[in-house]
Amino acid sequence: MTDAKARLGVDIGGTFTDVVLEHGGDRWSTKVLTTYTAPENAIIEGMHSVCKNAGVAPSVIGQIIHGTTLATNALIERRGAKTALITTRGFRDVIEMRTESRFEQYDLNLKLPDPLLPRNRRYTVTERMEATGKVLMPLDRAEVEALADDLAAAGYESIAVGLLHSYVNDAHERMIRDVLAERLPGVMISLSSEVSPQMREYERFNTTIANAYIKPLIKTYLDRLQDRLKTEGADCPIFLMHSGGGIISLASAAEFPVRLVESGPAGGAVFAADIAARHGLQKVLSFDMGGTTAKICLIKDRTPKTARVFEVARTYRFKKGSGMPISIPVIDMVEIGAGGGSLAHVDVMNQIRVGPESAGSEPGPACYNNGGERPAVTDADLVLGKLDPDNFAGGSITLNAGKSAEALINHLGKTLDMDAMEAAWGVAEVVDENMANAARVHAVENGEDLSEYTMIAFGGAAPLHAARLCEKLGIDRCLVPVGAGVGSAIGFLRAPFSFEANRSVFMKIGSFDPAAVRTLFTEMEAEARGFVRSCDATSDILAEYKVYMRYSGQGWEIPIALSADEAANPDAETYLKLFEADYAKLFGRSVEGMDVEITVWSVNAFTPQEAVDPVAAVKAGAEAEPVARRALFDPGLGSMTDAAVALRAGFEPGTCIAGPAVITEDETTVILPSSRTLVAQADGCLDMRTNEENARG
Amino acid sequence: MAEVSKVAYQVMWNRLISVVEEQAQALVRTAFSTSVREAGDLSAGVYNEAGQMLAQAVTGTPGHVNAMADAVPHFIRRIGRENIVEGDIYITNDPWEGTGHLHDITVVTPSFHNGALVGFFACTAHIVDIGGRGFGADANSVYEEGLYIPIMKFADKGEVDRTLVSIIRGNVREPDQLVGDIYALATCNEIGHRRLIDMMREFNLNTLEGIAGFILENSRRATIERIAALPNGSATGEMEIDGYSNPVTLKVRLDIEDDHILSDFDGTTGLDKKGINVPLVYTKAYACYALKCAIAPEIPNNAASLEPFRVAAPENSIVNAIHPAPVALRHVIGHMIPDTIYDALDKLLPETAPAEGAGSLCNFQVSLRPRTDEPAPDHAVRSEVLTFNSGGSGARPTLDGMNATAFPSGVMTMPVEATEQVGPVMIWRKELRPDSGGAGKYRGGLGQYMEVGAREGHEFDIQAMFDRVDHPARGRQGGKSGAPTTIAQDDGTAMKGKGKQFVPHGRKVMLAFPGGAGYGAPASRNAEDIRRDLAGGYITAAFARDHYGMSQADIDDVLERAKLGEIF
Repeated sequence: MTDAKARLGVDIGGTFTDVVLEHGGDRWSTKVLTTYTAPENAIIEGMHSVCKNAGVAPSVIGQIIHGTTLATNALIERRGAKTALITTRGFRDVIEMRTESRFEQYDLNLKLPDPLLPRNRRYTVTERMEATGKVLMPLDRAEVEALADDLAAAGYESIAVGLLHSYVNDAHERMIRDVLAERLPGVMISLSSEVSPQMREYERFNTTIANAYIKPLIKTYLDRLQDRLKTEGADCPIFLMHSGGGIISLASAAEFPVRLVESGPAGGAVFAADIAARHGLQKVLSFDMGGTTAKICLIKDRTPKTARVFEVARTYRFKKGSGMPISIPVIDMVEIGAGGGSLAHVDVMNQIRVGPESAGSEPGPACYNNGGERPAVTDADLVLGKLDPDNFAGGSITLNAGKSAEALINHLGKTLDMDAMEAAWGVAEVVDENMANAARVHAVENGEDLSEYTMIAFGGAAPLHAARLCEKLGIDRCLVPVGAGVGSAIGFLRAPFSFEANRSVFMKIGSFDPAAVRTLFTEMEAEARGFVRSCDATSDILAEYKVYMRYSGQGWEIPIALSADEAANPDAETYLKLFEADYAKLFGRSVEGMDVEITVWSVNAFTPQEAVDPVAAVKAGAEAEPVARRALFDPGLGSMTDAAVALRAGFEPGTCIAGPAVITEDETTVILPSSRTLVAQADGCLDMRTNEENARG
Repeated sequence: MAEVSKVAYQVMWNRLISVVEEQAQALVRTAFSTSVREAGDLSAGVYNEAGQMLAQAVTGTPGHVNAMADAVPHFIRRIGRENIVEGDIYITNDPWEGTGHLHDITVVTPSFHNGALVGFFACTAHIVDIGGRGFGADANSVYEEGLYIPIMKFADKGEVDRTLVSIIRGNVREPDQLVGDIYALATCNEIGHRRLIDMMREFNLNTLEGIAGFILENSRRATIERIAALPNGSATGEMEIDGYSNPVTLKVRLDIEDDHILSDFDGTTGLDKKGINVPLVYTKAYACYALKCAIAPEIPNNAASLEPFRVAAPENSIVNAIHPAPVALRHVIGHMIPDTIYDALDKLLPETAPAEGAGSLCNFQVSLRPRTDEPAPDHAVRSEVLTFNSGGSGARPTLDGMNATAFPSGVMTMPVEATEQVGPVMIWRKELRPDSGGAGKYRGGLGQYMEVGAREGHEFDIQAMFDRVDHPARGRQGGKSGAPTTIAQDDGTAMKGKGKQFVPHGRKVMLAFPGGAGYGAPASRNAEDIRRDLAGGYITAAFARDHYGMSQADIDDVLERAKLGEIF
């Protein structure tokens, strides 16, 4: 018998596939190596493993929620289908000409990334819409039919259609689809007016092409997965995590696979949002740091912040502009090349630089004693006393501090006249500063003051750096949850069914048309609810409404949230007031005497989140029993301290410890500097606060 | 105050670079002109109390590099240190003390901490209209080019000067946009200021003296080390370009010394009668940019890292125009300076400099209005639309040139869909121009085609700002020239490369922007690269045959496979 409450979360990552089973209030998880050629194999193996541990058969599973890097990797590795683009005559090269600029201005030997489709796979048709949506040159069906025959002869598997101004009028794109469906049965089609109906042709075309490019691959994978799971005894609905932090049906995912890009990190943000809800936190900064990158996300009222465009497959040191833009609803995360494996060097200005180059697992940081000669962040952490050389990764690797010191001296100390300790301090400070800068910029861009935020830190390297990051950002409190190693997969199980519908329709406040706005919202809401309903036949469905507004003439909009009533009874005055207030909050002042316009409309439909069990705050009780003491460098003080070492495994709710201290566990180490004290909570979270905060209780 | 650790200085330098980047991003997100918000024609920087630039945002364009570095001392001198108070905001568009033409507005804001002046923030943005004749080459003096705003207070102790705002509004074609942009500039300085003060609090600083010294010393040392590593020597470079009515010869002598490089433009053509002259600040910016790319690309811009790149030019040469010379299109000549410098540098440092490219951005502005030849429809409007576009860049010693990519400028093009939302302009075509990249072992970057018209019911003037009509980019080491610029109406009516020209209702302007030149002999190009060029239509069959000697059988084979979507 299936049990609707038994749910399996599956996250396919670059190295590991994480599988989490929740059943009857308990949770089992496992990590298996990702099986690239047939990713479903790792899922099956993981599923049997957790089912065995739980003592149940796969048939008990009622729902499977799946997120994967397959879509992202297919784009990065260019492993997509044979795909063609059909576009407006005169605009064949939009995706190749990009922004006509160089993302690195001082590199004479800059190489621009190749477009996803080579030029001979990009075709044009004679047609044109005006910016208003008026047809200037009608599309001739015969021309499309002739083109369809050429495409058939070339044997394309997937076709992207992107015409100018189709976000306003999609008639020509639909006509092309009809002809292709007739002439090329079985070939997959992606329309830009459906995949990403937003202004700016480069982003829209690229998103549509990316969708078309991975569609055959993802569709066959999902079909295979469904079959395999059925054969293996799990005959239940499968849903997919999307980049916006919600869940969509398998059918929607197969139609719009580009929405799966970055679904793993999105799961991490949802995981943090769930912990925030349990602890009653309204404003949270999630901080996820692994071996090569760190990701930072703002979460307000249980909801991770979202954006409408992001970049994948950056080709040049994570540099903005070196990848390809994808415009879909996405959890707005800052990702920087800073992880435990990030390598440090000194540049020509005698500045210490860290990352984005990483030591990886081969040869790894110098302390792995595996041939790595350059210092990594992990080497600095070891020299500073943050890591125990004999108990790293549950004792599976013995670290060599001598090698770390040697690497730090050879590559930094000799040039900068620093000893190993000072060089290690420099490396740790630079990497922490890089992450803090990214968080600050992100917060200011969103008009947020981080001092009101609580950090939630997860991922292997985050607890080593979280406290210092808090010190730099003026954040008083940080939670380190348990199960952080499979955070994304747990997050999948907490995500609502959701779908965001967007439209680019320009409307000035001066010529606001309430009837048209009502129609627009009604249509979008029906579309968004339809997607969600296809996933869940019975649940309530809620909706959130947003408009993106700007002063007429500006190029970038700010999102304005509307209540259901404000969307149902639109009124120019109200919208204007909301905009002016938000604008002033973001940029300090509003601008006098300018017309304001709405450019994008959005409705996000979702199932209500289950009420969470609140975790009652536990006061400090017994002090943790230290198992040892060791020297730990405190960058806030700029000196060594004598730190207690405690085992997280021995903590009960209420167990407390004051910094300086080191709390060790198999997956990671939590560093508690002198400025902070920590209390274990009922759900196992370590609640780290400043001493002042704690004194206040 | 406690001694600041070496590690703290490392952190603070990092932080200042992040602060100015954020300052620039705020400008992009609040600006009104497409030139700023879509194209990124802007810059932003932070300065110490003496007006020395400590950090400059990477976002932005090289044309503002030195100009921005020099601007703040002019503000300090003109305003008078005793008149600088908290809450002030200063403004100018002085071409000689700002960034080279009236269309760049520079805003400077003093930063106060605990009541004391600690530094400045400055930012610059290219605005679409400043009145006068409009953005174009036709003026005979700077007085005709638009409204001049001398260095003055835009806000005094937080109080905006209403008189100034009224004067500005009354003198420009798009007053809302311009005033909005000035506010955006002020906002971005304010954001930078807040972040700077946060940093000073965190590190318990009262002044920027310590960190400024650390930044400037390390930058100076690093730059001079790079220059010292080069062989001393001297070489000259020369390039002829279209100019306005007469061709212009740009001439430079490069002297590499132990601790500096001098670029001396002696011998360069004198002033032009029309607005393509260049104030020295702008010449310095592009000379310095070209050399920094080749010699010290990773050293960030600041007062000390720029200082060793010295520039001299005779007064009243076209690259050192003196007031009141017209200078609106100083970029057309200014963008050609790097290719001139590289002509000299190639003789001193072989296999470093690229072949010549399109150079100048291929910008044009259209002034649309209701048709006047017949009754215009009710919906017809007036509108100013500026677009930024690029030709091909020159081939590099080991790489092809970049197709339709700005070099040396750092700006972006605007999306066609955004441009067509701004006004009743129609962009009928914007795509790569086959055969325009010069042949060579490495091919020049392709230029592009554009076709420009207006919506039903409108006529327009186009302000052309194009060079390389008669002087295409020249190849290096046996590489061939790129294709020249062409411009005409769709009925064949001839048009000029520069100046304001009328386009009647229903007509289109057909533009072909120049390609970059090739590097190395075409005969040594890889056969594989030639086949890929042909398959993608970057070159035509005729070009493959004529320049690379490809056989008809090979051509047919490639084209047949390309048609089937094969990847080459």
